[in-house]
Amino acid sequence: MWANPITLWRKGILGMNCRNVAYIGRYNPRERYPLVDDKLLTKMVVRKAGVAAPELLLVIRMQHEIEHIEQILAKFRQFVIKPARGSGGKGILVIVGHDGDNLVKSSGSQLSVADVKRHLSNIISGLYSLGGRTDVAFVEALVTTDATFEHISYEGVPDIRLIVFKGYPVMSMLRLATKQSDGKANLHQGAVGIGLDIATGRGIAAVQFNRPIDRHPDTDHSLTGIEVPHWRQLLSLAARCYEVTRLGYLGADMVLDVARGPLLLELNARPGLTIQVANDRGLLPRLRHVESLDELQHFTVEERVDYSIEHFAHATGALQPSLWDTAEAQGAAASD
Amino acid sequence: MTQRGPFLFLVLLLVVAGMTSAVFRHIKFNIPFLPGTQETVWQIEAKINFWGDGMPVQAILSLPSNQADYRIVNENTVSSGYGFVIEESDGQRRARWSKRDVTGEQTLYYKVELVADPNQLRNAEAQPVIASVRLDEPYATAAQAIVSAVVPRSADALTLGQQLIREMTVIPHDQNVALLLDRFALPTLFSDLLALSNVPARRVEALILEEGRRRQSLVELVQVWHDGQWHLFNPLTGLITDTTNLLLWQTDTPSVLDVIGGKRSRISFAIISQTRPSLSLATSGAQGMDAPSLSLYSLPVEEQNMFKLIMLLPIGALVVVVLRTLVGLKTSGTFMPVLIALAFLQTQLIPGVISFLMVIVVGLFIRSYLSTLNLLLVARIATLVIVVVAIMSIVSVLSYRLGLEAGLSITFFPMIILAWTIERMSILWEEDGPKEVLIQGSGSLLVAVTAFLVMDQPLTRHLAFNFPELHLVVLAVILLLGRYTGYRLLELRRFSTMMGGD
Repeated sequence: MWANPITLWRKGILGMNCRNVAYIGRYNPRERYPLVDDKLLTKMVVRKAGVAAPELLLVIRMQHEIEHIEQILAKFRQFVIKPARGSGGKGILVIVGHDGDNLVKSSGSQLSVADVKRHLSNIISGLYSLGGRTDVAFVEALVTTDATFEHISYEGVPDIRLIVFKGYPVMSMLRLATKQSDGKANLHQGAVGIGLDIATGRGIAAVQFNRPIDRHPDTDHSLTGIEVPHWRQLLSLAARCYEVTRLGYLGADMVLDVARGPLLLELNARPGLTIQVANDRGLLPRLRHVESLDELQHFTVEERVDYSIEHFAHATGALQPSLWDTAEAQGAAASD
Repeated sequence: MTQRGPFLFLVLLLVVAGMTSAVFRHIKFNIPFLPGTQETVWQIEAKINFWGDGMPVQAILSLPSNQADYRIVNENTVSSGYGFVIEESDGQRRARWSKRDVTGEQTLYYKVELVADPNQLRNAEAQPVIASVRLDEPYATAAQAIVSAVVPRSADALTLGQQLIREMTVIPHDQNVALLLDRFALPTLFSDLLALSNVPARRVEALILEEGRRRQSLVELVQVWHDGQWHLFNPLTGLITDTTNLLLWQTDTPSVLDVIGGKRSRISFAIISQTRPSLSLATSGAQGMDAPSLSLYSLPVEEQNMFKLIMLLPIGALVVVVLRTLVGLKTSGTFMPVLIALAFLQTQLIPGVISFLMVIVVGLFIRSYLSTLNLLLVARIATLVIVVVAIMSIVSVLSYRLGLEAGLSITFFPMIILAWTIERMSILWEEDGPKEVLIQGSGSLLVAVTAFLVMDQPLTRHLAFNFPELHLVVLAVILLLGRYTGYRLLELRRFSTMMGGD
């Protein structure tokens, strides 16, 4: 029931305190947080850097802009309403179609125009934002999920979380919404996480609530043998976010669109630790490995992605024994 | 991230500075490290009332001094607009208040704190002079008759005193006694008769110390000199052998209170007793000395009490840091549990927990109605503050009516914090479900109770207040914990599935 801390350390499991002090505290400059805490701002910034993201349809900043919103929304067939500062998928409304004046949610239930207006008003008055600050609502195009994920996701769109450390993708996971997580890809609320091999994009192990599972709890579809397409593109997309944000320890959340391929949904400056359980690997050896690298070794995004694919493959357990070497190397570097 | 070396040096510096200062003050000023024994402190408040007629006024009050059984540790006066001075003559201390142009009812206070101290050195007193007594006829003859009748029946001053009291209190009175008592009060007569028998005696005013008494007055007693020291007699009952609860207020002057220029003067005494650690008494007695420079003792008593609470805050903060970074408990609001724990210190644990839960649960019910009203955040919190105030007043009134004194202590809870806690819990409930509310709620309560248990230790209270420099050590520990990168206890459970297969 309880893990032995020494074994955990040997396996290189990153703990919350270590993440906060040694990685977030050291590599994420505070002044860059607003960039990722505001999803709208993230969208604007990454677009300039050539990072693909779902198309931005509309931004609503003021309460009075809501008044005749139905005329504008009628133009879009499928769309998602999001609060710019929402966290954990709160306040996200997915509209998959129109039925007369009503709008149809992804669950099939219908919303009146008044319901949607109230939802927008709530977003702007800060109902879903941290600390209740006034917020901005934006509408973006609905992502059409890649066929790969058809049977393994319940309602929501599955997303891919990549941990990018100093520009190197180091670990990744596929997140599937469940009934329990209310269609949200939030692991705390019961979404399923599947570890993905950095080298290939193949599934490793699936977990729900930190416990390993074999089948999707709602669709009962097998969760083994998944292979995420466009893998290389996904890695590049995530790695490029380091240049944009200069956040050293970053979580990039992406989706695969049938037509457009990998798209960036949002960035996270404090990505969680459950990804290690889904990968059955600790983050520390990989993080230490990157720390031991010469800053000037890899200049381009593609070079870093190549390096990650080569060194952070799931099958190559080679990093485990070298944990102590890299720790010493890092100690030597620090004493320089 | 700064280098490890300077950081560890800073931590070490804090520890050494704190420890050294504590040890130094322990040795130099004899402040003990342990709470130690408790002593009873009597707080006596003399209240003087009189009426002024627009004339200059002087009020002179006799004051008690250190005596066989009691030592004065603190004294002060409250008297706005009055000049005040303490004078001493012939071993009797007097307080003198003065003011010009006094009109209407006046109230002056004198407060003194005494501690029972049986080990007090008894100063050898000089043989007192026998007061000369001059009585008019026929009283002189009557007194002489009593003396010559009683003296042969006695062996020494004490037995003479006993016999005289018997003579004066036996019913029916002897003719001579009846004559004298018609003219003189019993204590006066008693001391005069002793003087006529060549035994030194004096009238004194004493206060009987009883816990929680108000509107007490002084009792007139007589001291008889025998064998090099004074012995107390109650003129009605005889020799007083047990003097533990008697405080001699005045030994020499004709009256305890003289008000010159005022009228209808009155004095009454209120008495309470408290139990305190003997050490903090030693230090509060040593106020005059150039005592502990970094000292909180120099503050007025009320502020000292405040600081006794404030100095516990760092301890509570330490508990929060430990429980969050070493154990990994989730709480609602980082330091909210410490404030709740501080409230527990005043309410005691069980009543505190019950009233806390009551406010939160009722608050959550009302908050769930508020969420249907779709209010803006600030208005919602403001509404909750009013709700909390209402709950508190209702609980207080109801529990008072039901005779539950504990319910009244609910007012010690910080209201704004409670309102925010309700708001956060309610949002948590809506967004993450009741399970998360239960986790964070019980986490907060667990932290609050732990912090309370730590802060409530007599040792913690003693060290936190008497050795404020030890907070540097607490600070050092917190700094160290701030750089702790090891696992949290609850993470060992979270990652327990990762133990299989190597």
